[in-house]
Amino acid sequence: MKFLWIIIVAGFFAFAQYWGLFHTPPDALMGEVQKLMYVHVPAAWNSFISFFVVFAASILFLIRKKMFWDHLAAAAAEVGCVLTALTLCLGSIWGRPTWGVWWTWDPRLTTTAILFFLYVGYLALRGFVDDNDRRARLSAPLGILIFLNVPIVYMSVKWWRTLHQVQSSPETVAPEMALSLRLNAIAFLLIALSFIYYRFQLQQRREKWELEKIS
Amino acid sequence: MNRIGLIVSIAVVLGALGFLIFGQLEKNLVYFLTPSELLAKGEAAVDQPLRLGGEVKKDSVVWDAGRRAVHFLLTDGQKDVFVSSETTPPQMFQEEMGVVVEGKLLDDGHFEADRLMVKHSNEYHPPKEGEKPSFLYQDLIKKRATD
Repeated sequence: MKFLWIIIVAGFFAFAQYWGLFHTPPDALMGEVQKLMYVHVPAAWNSFISFFVVFAASILFLIRKKMFWDHLAAAAAEVGCVLTALTLCLGSIWGRPTWGVWWTWDPRLTTTAILFFLYVGYLALRGFVDDNDRRARLSAPLGILIFLNVPIVYMSVKWWRTLHQVQSSPETVAPEMALSLRLNAIAFLLIALSFIYYRFQLQQRREKWELEKIS
Repeated sequence: MNRIGLIVSIAVVLGALGFLIFGQLEKNLVYFLTPSELLAKGEAAVDQPLRLGGEVKKDSVVWDAGRRAVHFLLTDGQKDVFVSSETTPPQMFQEEMGVVVEGKLLDDGHFEADRLMVKHSNEYHPPKEGEKPSFLYQDLIKKRATD
């Protein structure tokens, strides 16, 4: 049962989306468009989690000097990038009918765009360095430094005036909607962690294969 | 040499971050002005492209369906600015809703908006029993079609 885990994760994601779309009432003001909450918000949260993995793995690499941590950081950065791109796209699709615009340069949107480009830059740097050890030593400090933008993105709606609303809390979201959001956040978390794990495994195997080839 | 480069780059990064966090950027780089701030600027604000944010004052929305135009009072609780717009408003546009408009203040004191954006709150709840989401602009068009 090699694919059992994939079937469980995909099945849970399908269930969570089904629950959100058909068993959760729409918003009084927005109508069905509000269902975008169950993909936009989980993507954003899990991109932060992925970037935290990059941050923690980069620190551990500098302490332990093991390639294990470098491979983990690289895998998490890729997944985080995809999730941030997804956050931006889904947010844009949500913004058009509710705010009236696809995009506006408010602090939340701008800092999130910067977040995306920082991690694309991180991956680009990795792509430019051929030597494995050198790549790991160069990208670890960068992986720590650019994480500083994550709290800035999170706090941007509180620090500055934005078009984007501040964070919702269980008090501002109806319980049945909060349940759907939690289900989908867990589904996204499982997907993100699985992708990080598979990407990490791939990297480990590639290095092993390269070492065998050399010797 | 390498060590000096490292120290310089760390200093630059920390300096830039310090500037971003403590440099009072919000004073120069605000996303939108409130009506009070706009009116306090007086003549200096006239004819400048800017964003204005606040709430649509209750009972102030007037539709001109023939010209597809709307005007309303934008308020921050203290001062009001008369805003007119000829763009199609987002469906959530309604009284007591947060809005951000882009445009400029004319010298007769009214704000001509060429973009009207709705600022949603962080509250989400399903419609109550028998309640239906109301979309002012769409309802207006339907009403005109049946008149």
